[in-house]
Amino acid sequence: MTSLFGEPIARLEDDRLLRGNGAYLDDLGHDALAAAFVRSPHAHAMVLDIDVSAALDVDGLVAVYTYEDLPGRVAEPLPLLIPHPALTHGRTGYPLAADEVNYVGEPVVMVVALDRYLAEDAAERIVVDYEPLPAVVGLDAARAADHLVHPDVPGNVAGHLIQANGDAAAAIAAAPHTLELDLYVERSASTPLEGRGVLARWDIESRRLRIWTSTQTSTGVRAAVAAKLGLALADVDVITPDVGGGFGVKIMHPWPEEVLVPWAARLLGRPVKYTEDRLEHFVASAHERGQRHQVRVGFDDEGRVLGLDVRFWHDNGAYIPYGLIVPIVTSTQLLGPYKPGAYRVEFSSLYTNTVIVTPYRGAGRPQGVFVMERTMDAIAAELGLDRTVIRERNFIQPDEMPYDQGLIFQDGRPLIYDSGDYPAGLAKLKALVGWDEFEAERAAARQAGRRLGIGLACYVEGTGVGPYEGAHVVVETSGKVKVATGLTSQGQGHQTVFAQIVADELGVPIGDIEVVTGDTRAFGYAVGTFASRAAVMSGSAVALAARAARAKAIRVAAAALEASPDDLEIADGIVRIKGDPESGIAIGTVAVLSNPLRYAFDEAARAATQFAGGDINAPPVAEGDEPGIEGREFFSPLRSTFASGMHAVVVETDPLTAEIKVVRYCVVHDCGTLINPRIVEGQIHGGVAQGVGGALYERMAYDETGQLQNASFMDFLMPYVSEVPVGIEIDHLETPSPLNPLGIKGAGEAGVIPGAAVFAAAIEDAEGIPITSMPISPSELFSLREAWHRRGTGGEPRENGGHGQ
Amino acid sequence: MASGGNYRGINQPQDGLFDIRLIVNGVPRTARVPSRRLLSDCLRHDLRLTGTHVGCEHGVCGACTVLLDGVAVRSCLMLAVTADGARITTVEGLTGPDGTLSPVQQAFADCHGLQCGFCTPGFLTTITAALHDNPEPSPEEARDIIGGNLCRCTGYQNIVKAVLRAAELRSAGPGRADGS
Repeated sequence: MTSLFGEPIARLEDDRLLRGNGAYLDDLGHDALAAAFVRSPHAHAMVLDIDVSAALDVDGLVAVYTYEDLPGRVAEPLPLLIPHPALTHGRTGYPLAADEVNYVGEPVVMVVALDRYLAEDAAERIVVDYEPLPAVVGLDAARAADHLVHPDVPGNVAGHLIQANGDAAAAIAAAPHTLELDLYVERSASTPLEGRGVLARWDIESRRLRIWTSTQTSTGVRAAVAAKLGLALADVDVITPDVGGGFGVKIMHPWPEEVLVPWAARLLGRPVKYTEDRLEHFVASAHERGQRHQVRVGFDDEGRVLGLDVRFWHDNGAYIPYGLIVPIVTSTQLLGPYKPGAYRVEFSSLYTNTVIVTPYRGAGRPQGVFVMERTMDAIAAELGLDRTVIRERNFIQPDEMPYDQGLIFQDGRPLIYDSGDYPAGLAKLKALVGWDEFEAERAAARQAGRRLGIGLACYVEGTGVGPYEGAHVVVETSGKVKVATGLTSQGQGHQTVFAQIVADELGVPIGDIEVVTGDTRAFGYAVGTFASRAAVMSGSAVALAARAARAKAIRVAAAALEASPDDLEIADGIVRIKGDPESGIAIGTVAVLSNPLRYAFDEAARAATQFAGGDINAPPVAEGDEPGIEGREFFSPLRSTFASGMHAVVVETDPLTAEIKVVRYCVVHDCGTLINPRIVEGQIHGGVAQGVGGALYERMAYDETGQLQNASFMDFLMPYVSEVPVGIEIDHLETPSPLNPLGIKGAGEAGVIPGAAVFAAAIEDAEGIPITSMPISPSELFSLREAWHRRGTGGEPRENGGHGQ
Repeated sequence: MASGGNYRGINQPQDGLFDIRLIVNGVPRTARVPSRRLLSDCLRHDLRLTGTHVGCEHGVCGACTVLLDGVAVRSCLMLAVTADGARITTVEGLTGPDGTLSPVQQAFADCHGLQCGFCTPGFLTTITAALHDNPEPSPEEARDIIGGNLCRCTGYQNIVKAVLRAAELRSAGPGRADGS
């Protein structure tokens, strides 16, 4: 049988979704009551009074809840999910505002009615009296701390962390060359096409709670809600239906609504559903990316970095339930494929009166890569060297792997790269984009009055973080194979790739395999889908579980065939003697034999009944054995595995209008061994499009009072097809990971990571003007040109950015 | 509207509700709805055809696109009562009578044109209508066809390929249902 691992097979998920038979959250629970929320219109205010009386006249109203109605642990602040010693002033919100609101969109009142229209009718009649307080909006205001978001948090500082490897200050002081950069990245957001949503049903007879939620972590929601409602884990099922995209925002849990909807469903004894609308998603879910960075770098005449000192400020919004993960990722992953002589990084995570921040695809890496790659380009410009040469001179070499960066990563473990070949990646990228030929191309374009620029950016991404994932594989007596893993899917094609793994490991046709994800009924132990970890973690667990099931099937079949297990193989669902296709037993029959029976409930079962044979001098189930052909295994790696890649983009900027056009986009990508190249390329495509959005279009336009001015798809410029490159050229490099049984590394986030950095580099190359803040719009580029021309220093832009390319 | 003249008068409201009749995917359907009920909500929650998705509620993302008398419209921008008497095709109605995927659906499967699948029904209906009008789009025209639909997963690369592939399948396979 040919191997499916590595084959670009079509997805198993698609048929159902293409027929309109997907089941997303709002497709469920047609008979459920509907919840709607009164949300704060102020970024910062005291809640003085809530008058719900006018809402009581609305036909179809079922219940109205304010903070005063919440009992016990439901009334306590939401959990601080990821504590850290450096997170000294962690604050989280309440499910409904207690007496203060800290961002526009914060839930204040919950309304339950017969349908959503009626719930909104009631919600808009509720009058909340606020006393506005000064709003802290943006990093500058947060740093100035003229006003505080939380009165008991001095300087608005939630957490502060310093990491160092060597003496960066001394290395910079002694370096022949130094540079300083000030680099800023604006907020953006995951913005899946489906927002959040939760449906809960309390079963009165069995006193059990069932929750469906559009989440990236069903087990996390289960544990959080069980704790809040005082239920045993065993009495709470959480089912992840089809999820219309996540990209990070759905890893946050529990959302206020994920506590309140199950609570209300139990209280009312009726199913309750909440489906977030688009405005709510913009103002009341989560954003990311907003950071300002100051860089000092010292380097030698060859461009080798001797010392690097980065200080940055992270805007974490009103609360910090997800802890310091994003800035920790920035502070560690900005090192990319490089080995600075000494490194020091210091960050402060600051409260602002804006919606919370949780990881968005890339999770702090786009900012880190922007910082490092801007620094590399600046060094190249300073020394008049080719930008690829500077990078080559600073690369970690393949023979230095594993490479210890001397820092602690986001998983609390040493930042040690497991494998990678960065020089090979760069060579591939240069060939793919035609780096060495571009100078002539750019010059020819100049002759024709066109401005072309090229940029490149490199990244390393820690993927497959722990602590663990598990999987269960069971062979049914029909020969069908059921596979379950606890983490969730949001469109990554997990059912397909996990089935590919099982088909190969177990030796069964892929059409006989059914994969379930994110359902606590099917597998109750899991961490979740984030950090490009699903293929690495659950893929490995699935492989191990399939191997265990295979070993059991071989053992049972060997006894039946009176053969040595070493002489058996499984192919096409048949356990047989190697090289003798006629000798075999169907794996479903092996499953029958593995389960000694008293009752012949069907023809197949007769073979396993007590008078059908077997050794009468041995127990039917041997000591330490168990019935069935099953495997249940967990995978818990020592550390993260580090994927890498490099992007190059060619842009054209309009000399008059400053319009920025993508001419070519090239990707070299290394996620270790590929399970399904078609799916990996799809992930890259989507990531690149989000990178384009983050570089050129998307921002969160808060005004100074904390109102989000562009909270709709009309105004938040998410790319349509007209904004993405016409083609994305991809080349793969495969350096397998030694840290898991399949050699794989994560692939989900990679495409977005170098987006801001690579566009900044290309625009700078086209314009000869330093680009230090992203995203950049045509009008901003136009203003930069004007400011550059007004400068007294030389007047004209540097030709080709002075990068000596 | 392609056949606006077909609309008949709506029944008198009873308790503020209107009885409307639609032909959805070839099947006559009725619903009793308040005047403010969006067509998207009527299809999804009254008729339980949840293949049509709502991504933005303001007509920008295109996920809720259905065919109204063969024309692609945003069902979140239309009231159900306005559609009374219309012939509507949703994603559930794109497959052939024997359950065969339509050329556009098959092309999405062939080209990995979907990931999370949430925006997909709107693309499928939009492309179905467009290929009816322009059976042989150029690559540029393929991009134009999907230019009003948002997808956050695919970067559109494989959706453009799927448009071109659908055109091939459509011309190669007579008798394939395309819902229009």
